[in-house]
Amino acid sequence: MDVQAWTTLIVGVSFALYIGIALKSRARSTGDFYVAGKGIHPIVNGMATAADWMSAASFISMAGIISFRGLDASVYLMGWTGGYVLLALLLAPYLRKFGRFTVPDFVGDRYDSRAARLVAVVAALFVSFTYVAGQMRGVGVVFGRFLDVDVETGVLIGMVVVFVYAVLGGMKGITYTQVAQYCVLIFAYLVPAIFISLYVAGHAVPQIGLGSTVTGTSTFLLDRLDGLHTELGFPLYTERGAPRIEMFAATLALMAGTAGLPHVIIRFYTVPRVRDARLSAGWALAFIAILYTSAPAIAVFARTNLLTTVSNAPYESLPEWFKKWEGTGLIRFEDHNGDGRVQYVGRGFVDPASGEPVSNELHVDNDIMVLANPEIAGLPNWVIGLVAAGGLAAALSTAAGLLLVISTSISHDLLKRTFVPSISERAELWAARGAASVGVGLAGWLGIDPPGFVSEVVAFAFGLAAASFFPAISMGIFSRRMNRQGAIAGMLAGLAFTGGYIAWFKFLHPELDARENYLWQISPIGIGSVGMALNFAVAFGVSRFFPPPPAHIQALVSSVRVPRGAGEAHELAVP
Amino acid sequence: MRPNDTTRATPYSAADEATRLDLYWRANVRVLAALLSVWFLVSFGCGILFVDALNTVRLPGTGFKLGFWFAQQGSIYTFIVLIFVYVFVMNRLDRRYGFDEE
Repeated sequence: MDVQAWTTLIVGVSFALYIGIALKSRARSTGDFYVAGKGIHPIVNGMATAADWMSAASFISMAGIISFRGLDASVYLMGWTGGYVLLALLLAPYLRKFGRFTVPDFVGDRYDSRAARLVAVVAALFVSFTYVAGQMRGVGVVFGRFLDVDVETGVLIGMVVVFVYAVLGGMKGITYTQVAQYCVLIFAYLVPAIFISLYVAGHAVPQIGLGSTVTGTSTFLLDRLDGLHTELGFPLYTERGAPRIEMFAATLALMAGTAGLPHVIIRFYTVPRVRDARLSAGWALAFIAILYTSAPAIAVFARTNLLTTVSNAPYESLPEWFKKWEGTGLIRFEDHNGDGRVQYVGRGFVDPASGEPVSNELHVDNDIMVLANPEIAGLPNWVIGLVAAGGLAAALSTAAGLLLVISTSISHDLLKRTFVPSISERAELWAARGAASVGVGLAGWLGIDPPGFVSEVVAFAFGLAAASFFPAISMGIFSRRMNRQGAIAGMLAGLAFTGGYIAWFKFLHPELDARENYLWQISPIGIGSVGMALNFAVAFGVSRFFPPPPAHIQALVSSVRVPRGAGEAHELAVP
Repeated sequence: MRPNDTTRATPYSAADEATRLDLYWRANVRVLAALLSVWFLVSFGCGILFVDALNTVRLPGTGFKLGFWFAQQGSIYTFIVLIFVYVFVMNRLDRRYGFDEE
């Protein structure tokens, strides 16, 4: 069977599985739709959270980013996992005890303010829409590269699948589909990683292979790679290049952003008890870490492979995968000096023999490290099909989680809790489904015709979540004194500063987007941490000028702080 | 007056209840402070602030420079351990103060 047939088969079977699961677990009430009836086992929820969390970017792009940036890319690894420690210790258990359906619910009720709820709803919608557009794009791209359909058709197929299980199944359907998607994506990620680790380092566990010697020699893999980098004028792979302050700020922003992303937080509303919410965060991180600790290994294997294969090789004799991926534009070769060989070198490289400067002739896209890995390593065709299915699973599972936030924000936060409190349960459920359908449509449209900022989504989504939700929620739990004036002022200051800074460098003046123009050398990726600090400072400052929250709010804070009685809080919320 | 396991069934007065909550919360915050210090140390400390210094040392028997290992592997393993330790310690704390769930 050829690659095309295998890919069609594996992707088709996985899609049939997702839809089958969704049909079996349809939502029958708003409780089912929003939080899966709060009956999800913590390990199951951990697995679903892992799939919810790991997006097309984690699956397709992350290993490539690490591969090209080495130690500097650790900010993504630490940021996107360390956030779970913040989530588990500072947010998840208390939010579960609080026991409503959404993040704006907590913000609105804790600060007893419709304005605070609206700020939270707008932020949740904005974060979720920017993020979901990237996922649909990812679906289209995977379809386009592996199945030979155009991006539009690919996005359309993805929309239909997500529509079926998110709109019908709600949180209940999404949860069980995400479990299946986690299994597909982790299997698809590990199979090539293990094969390559065995081949390169002679060890089946990629995390250990990364620290081993190259098969048949006594040279460590990492030393070999650093050696190749020195030879070709690239910065050392295992040493720091970025300023410390930038790495610090970026890691902090990604951590706080991770803890504050609404589609991750709501997953912790679905478990039965507070202790399950804590445990579930641990399982989620463990499942995520399987992929996140393999990624650095894939990055090193792929980087070494790439350098040794292409460096100074005659173009005519390059392997077949090179030509194939050249067609997609992910690899570009321009023979500047016309010698017919590939010069792949760092900036400012000088040929040691002749003393002449050599210009780089090869451009390689981040995404290729995972997508083309099986071919580079000469793995069987079914592995290539598996990688396609894994990328789709990662993109679809995240898209579904985000769509749920979008629909809940509209039907629950805007209609039920703000503008139409008298809405019936039935009508609310249909409003949720309607909002999810509109969300799917919009996301698909953004995916087919992306407004040019999809690649900046990461900075935006995480920066805004870090500068708004994380401080607002944690202060709501850890400070009894924090009042609505402080919280709203803090959120607005954090959102305005972070959003403004990112928009300034990414949209208004992209030509200035360079380290020397940044505030304290902090790039738009890391600026969310400054926004977060600003939020805390403004909130505490402003809150001093206004009275402490009333007695019933203080009682709410006390009740959120203890685990006992989590079930009852839920009953109160849904009469 | 920290209630121990044997006093669990005893009903508390309102004042006792407030003190019990206060003590529980302080113990909780102490646990958080301890665990978050480790969290900060392995990631921001070993992975970023001291990464250059740690990179002069190797993880014995492997090709990993220590700073690099912390930044790309060790910090993540530590995070997992931290959350499971948190689960264990908090479950014990909940029981000790009688705030555990049935």
